[in-house]
Amino acid sequence: MYTIPALFIKLNNGSMTPRTLYDKLWDAHVVRDNGDGTHIIYIDKHLSHEVTSPQAFEGLRLAGRKLWRRAANLAVPDHNVPTVDRHLINDPISRVQLETLQQNVRDWDVPYIDLFDARQGIVHVIGPEQGACLPGMTIVCGDSHTTTNGGLGAWAFGIGTSEVEHVLATQTLVLTKARNMRVTVNGTLASGITSKDIALHVIGRIGTAGGTGHVIEFAGTTIRELTIEGRLTLCNMAIEAGARSGLVAVDEKTIEYVRGRPMAPGGRNWELAVTAWRDLVSDPGARFDKEIVIAAEDVRPCVTWGTSPEMVVSIDDVVPDPEQEKDPVRREGMRNALAYMALKAGTPMKNIPIDKVFIGSCTNARIEDLRAAASVARGRRVADTVRLAMVVPGSGLVKRQAEKEGLDRVFVDAGFEWREPGCSMCLGMNEDRLSPGERCASTSNRNFEGRQGAGGRTHLLSPPMAAAAAIAGHFADPGDL
Amino acid sequence: MQAFTTHTGLVVPMDRPNVDTDSIIPKQFLKSIRRSGFGPYLFDSWRYADDGGEADQDCSGRPLRKDFVLNLPRYAGASILLARENFGCGSSREHAVWALDDFGIRCVIAPGFAEIFFSNCGKNGLLAVVLPDAEVGKLFEEVAAAPGYRLDVNLAAQTVTTPAGRVIPFHIDPALKERLLNGMDDIGKTLRQADAIRTYERRRAADAPWLFPDAV
Repeated sequence: MYTIPALFIKLNNGSMTPRTLYDKLWDAHVVRDNGDGTHIIYIDKHLSHEVTSPQAFEGLRLAGRKLWRRAANLAVPDHNVPTVDRHLINDPISRVQLETLQQNVRDWDVPYIDLFDARQGIVHVIGPEQGACLPGMTIVCGDSHTTTNGGLGAWAFGIGTSEVEHVLATQTLVLTKARNMRVTVNGTLASGITSKDIALHVIGRIGTAGGTGHVIEFAGTTIRELTIEGRLTLCNMAIEAGARSGLVAVDEKTIEYVRGRPMAPGGRNWELAVTAWRDLVSDPGARFDKEIVIAAEDVRPCVTWGTSPEMVVSIDDVVPDPEQEKDPVRREGMRNALAYMALKAGTPMKNIPIDKVFIGSCTNARIEDLRAAASVARGRRVADTVRLAMVVPGSGLVKRQAEKEGLDRVFVDAGFEWREPGCSMCLGMNEDRLSPGERCASTSNRNFEGRQGAGGRTHLLSPPMAAAAAIAGHFADPGDL
Repeated sequence: MQAFTTHTGLVVPMDRPNVDTDSIIPKQFLKSIRRSGFGPYLFDSWRYADDGGEADQDCSGRPLRKDFVLNLPRYAGASILLARENFGCGSSREHAVWALDDFGIRCVIAPGFAEIFFSNCGKNGLLAVVLPDAEVGKLFEEVAAAPGYRLDVNLAAQTVTTPAGRVIPFHIDPALKERLLNGMDDIGKTLRQADAIRTYERRRAADAPWLFPDAV
């Protein structure tokens, strides 16, 4: 693949080579061209949690290496943490993992938000919330949903533990440049349609490998109208389309979102930063290797039926029939999915009863998500047939804000459980799990087999759709309640 | 890192698209703070007939799903995994590669891989070979037809050779190939560029001081 040498761009910047936002972020972070197709790329922010970091710190220690730049790090426990009683971590193996993170941040003097801090939460929620993640940054974490931060105009992506160790030791990664892809959404979304529905719609259209090898920039009038939290949700799901990163260009909304955050720059630095951030847009005429255009009017409330996020339909649809699929590998995949999900082709989605509801995760546990779900739950009751409906805020500060607005009362009065922040049932590393055979309406990001608990059946949807499912006891259009 | 040069091994077919890393190694095993010992939990929920194992569990007495490929006697000892499109999608967990490696898989062949998984393979000396969809389809047919089907993988020559002697070339990024052939440590190599990193930091701190509140 042809990439324009950084020097060439520098000489001609603004005069002849229009660049995409990703091109600009890439160019700004090249430390060195290795001459073999790879580049050393500088990493501005490294986030870590307890699950994917212990082996990296251990590797650093065994090799006798130093942490390159402590201030570029931020660590927080989120995956294993209990959502009922913070002090009660029953699983000794979970406890060891949490203690290992504590020990590592102490040994290496890494900035840390601990379990009992009011700011604790899911790493991808607290990064933007604290202003630790800023527009124009390169941001990595041993967690695929790091893409979330792209909603701020940052180049953010998940990495494996070996790469975590590489970042700890060198503050860089060795990368090859991805291709540019643009998903343009124009028009006005119907009432009740969220950025989660856009994300699922896009994945349904291009598939879970549709973005492989690319960074996806989301653009168009619909995206400009989204709030920053909506953009974070959209970029969060970019990885489910196979893209390494998702991006949304910086605009005034981005700048207003970041202004005044605890770790955001202040004073003279704020002025300098804002000036630089205003350039974080794709130039007119910039070339994209792949383009998808979507009309906002075509986006309906989405719900997944299978075991991959691309197995998605609208709430008005029926479970698809594998026998209509021409490709034999895909047909077999659909058959497997229906067998695992215990669903029959042709069943209206609205007729499928659910056992549990999970409102939470780095995808949909910010304050706007909780407001949207609460607006559906307000004055209603969770159906008797639903065993558990839980709301897990994305952070302690989201929880506090929700309580200030009385959203916790709305949920509790309706029969939801109101929990402490963490990753919780998105992946069930703590005690919040599905039992075998249980069916869950979930605002999380993955409906893989066993994702929320061995044998559990996950349907992905938006916060208002999850609340509607809790009330109805089956999938429902919030507008129909 | 272990090097990869050539490998000849028994092939086991995993005939489903979009195999995610949650399936390769379920979440409960991610609580371990070690890099090794994940092999017994590889494909845990497909491999065992119970409701899922727990971290650190001894798997020797667990009931097996007899129809799962890895449990079929004809594939015992397989070291090459033949897979479908978008293998390794989802979570970034490197534990998926550690589990494959610990189980004895040295090479995965598929029409496409999810990027983080692909990158993680390269960091652990596991070769991920991308072949055209039609070629992979043909290999699936041949494996099904011939018990004991083995492939010969040669990284230097960038070829996969079938038992009948058909030579299938594959593409690999030259930098990755070099690293795999030599089992090179990435970090040591990058640290040789420490001066370039420091130079970048000084320049960047001048241009974008808000990114370096810790600069002295």
